[in-house]
Amino acid sequence: MTTNIQPNEVLAKAETLRGNLSTGFRDEIVKSLYTEAENIARRAVKTAKDKKYDLDQRIDRLVTSPIVGLPIMVVLLSIIIWLTVSGANVASDAIANILFAFGDWGNALFSSLNIPWWITGFIWDGVYRGLAWVISVMLPPMAIFFPAFTILEDLGYLPRVAFNLDWLYRKAGAHGKQSLTMAMGFGCNAAGVVATRIIDSPRERLIAILTNNFVPCNGRFPTLIMLAAVFVAASFPPALTSLIAASTVVGVVLIGVFFTLLMSWLLSKTVLKGEASAFTLELPPYRRPNISRILYTSLIDRTIFVLWRAMQTAAPAGALIWILANVPFGTSNLAAAIADWLNPFGLLLGLDGVIILAYIIAIPANEIVVPTMMMVYMGAGMMIDGPSTTDAIHSLLVGAHGWTMLTAVNLMLFALLHNPCATTIMTIYKETKSLKWATISVVITLGTAFLVTFLTATIARSLGWA
Amino acid sequence: MTENKKQPPTEHCETCPAYAELEQMGIKLDKYDRVVALAGNPNTGKSTLFNALTGLKQHTGNWPGKTVTRAEGGYQFNGVRYKIVDLPGTYSLLSASQDEEVARDFILFGQPDCTIVVTDATALERNLNLVMQVMEITDKVVVAVNLMDEARRKGMEVDTRSLARDLGIPAIPVTARTGEGISTLLSTVADVIQGNVTTKPMRVEGTPEFQKAVNELVPMIEQAAPGVPNARWLAIRLLDGDAKVQQALMSGELGQRVARQQRADAQFSRKMSVEGRQ
Repeated sequence: MTTNIQPNEVLAKAETLRGNLSTGFRDEIVKSLYTEAENIARRAVKTAKDKKYDLDQRIDRLVTSPIVGLPIMVVLLSIIIWLTVSGANVASDAIANILFAFGDWGNALFSSLNIPWWITGFIWDGVYRGLAWVISVMLPPMAIFFPAFTILEDLGYLPRVAFNLDWLYRKAGAHGKQSLTMAMGFGCNAAGVVATRIIDSPRERLIAILTNNFVPCNGRFPTLIMLAAVFVAASFPPALTSLIAASTVVGVVLIGVFFTLLMSWLLSKTVLKGEASAFTLELPPYRRPNISRILYTSLIDRTIFVLWRAMQTAAPAGALIWILANVPFGTSNLAAAIADWLNPFGLLLGLDGVIILAYIIAIPANEIVVPTMMMVYMGAGMMIDGPSTTDAIHSLLVGAHGWTMLTAVNLMLFALLHNPCATTIMTIYKETKSLKWATISVVITLGTAFLVTFLTATIARSLGWA
Repeated sequence: MTENKKQPPTEHCETCPAYAELEQMGIKLDKYDRVVALAGNPNTGKSTLFNALTGLKQHTGNWPGKTVTRAEGGYQFNGVRYKIVDLPGTYSLLSASQDEEVARDFILFGQPDCTIVVTDATALERNLNLVMQVMEITDKVVVAVNLMDEARRKGMEVDTRSLARDLGIPAIPVTARTGEGISTLLSTVADVIQGNVTTKPMRVEGTPEFQKAVNELVPMIEQAAPGVPNARWLAIRLLDGDAKVQQALMSGELGQRVARQQRADAQFSRKMSVEGRQ
């Protein structure tokens, strides 16, 4: 029998042995490793001077240039968002018309079959309407945005974005690779949080996790697009609407990036003190995107996935709202009562009670905020025939519920800044293995959202704008 | 009876000479005979190769750091069923970040039957450092020299025979995007596992006194942490004063890691494989 050796004995032995070795022994080995690699590679590879490589470099000099690099980035983003906004508008209206017409038909069918009103209402005005809203609001923008984004990803543009933004993040005390994780956040914040694994410093990784939510994910994009189209762009001549709407959304995204930097800076000056660490980032060669793979990744993996998730929460949310709106409470119904109760707080933020209620119901998935809102407005009695088109939405919100430009702007800001959805909070908890940081992520974002909307509302009112 | 249900051909299959013998098994991971790991530097096409072999649609993208978790899939080649594990890209095995740790832990403690190190033909020198580090851990290594099409476009010629001779392990030119070379790669992997091809990995041994120190330490590690593979590698890391390895040894975590890797985390991997998004 041999005596068991304890781990600390092994460490002690290693310590002694290391003391006996000549200093820098490991450097020697590493050096010979590198020399060996160099020799082997030189023997195996024959290089001829090539032209493509030069072209790659010339493009890189342009897109990562300190002067035009950032503008090019903003222009690319604007083009993608403009394509999304102008394409989605038409498609959303068309899909909504079809789906709502089908809903009316189903409703009429059930009534003619003498099915009790509450079954008809629950199914067609609750569950079905929730689904119809989610599909018509979300599907078109995603089906345009995701493929465009995936093309950039496949082309190899994302690492250039990280390169361009590195100095900004370094100034904020964060990691340059944070912009890569934020780019993933455009798709889904939970994915963005998982992507922070590429950041090796725990401090900077936490910063990246806590600020990822300031990038509007695809669940929130449709909200921004709809508000930009219905409100901001509506006050401009028709020829300019999609352009104005797109610039508004780009502006909101830039505000999000600004808040990410601001919050990273605040965190790295307070609870997560430290210097930004250096890192190497490979700029891969540009590759021709593979069309079939792009379509698969962007449509099946991303669009259908996000839409399916939204539908899973929209159906029960629709049912819940229908029930709330049909349970009598005092002189009106439960939904209206809750909304009334929340109203003073909502008004303080330049929003209203219904919006706050919609956000509470939409905690599982931010995608369903707008549909939820619409349904509460409609369920609260002011029934309007199929508010499916942009004009109808506009008249419902402005005419019947007193929305102003301030409401729209603050709702966009709130959508950008408020707390992560339940999935993202869970992911943050799993990645940090800490209830504390998961809670902090909610407090930070919600606090920022309250503060900013409160300030804009107060300022706008005191200046007499609203 | 063997199931002879083939996946519908993907775009890779039309040009893939291995399609006749290769059956993509997607996520049918219940029974497998061998485990193969896919390692390599970031953005060298590991996920693309993984997709070509399994028929899965693991998300690929042209940027380093895209894969941060490991995905598992299956393929059958000449009647043998393989489980293949797609690892996050890493420049070295001295991992610092979470994604690199995922890769390192699997190569070290997961004990795959063979490790394919996917390299970028256009940046071979930098890629070889990882190849050599993997060779320090295991003999069963095959180098896949990927992106051969890109290398040709850049006017580069890669002599994989010279590479194989120098490294002491097989080096196979492939283009994962088109499927070129995949059948040769798979038959080589099979040969290495069965011992039909013997590998003699080139190793940088260091000074004699260093060798002596390593040899003294190895048996001690084997006793202190029974069941740990790669005691030699751990000895080198300890002599180097690697704080993470010291910590893992002290807390008894080394043994746990082996167990964890072998449990194969199938549920999670399956989910990742199916969803393929991160």
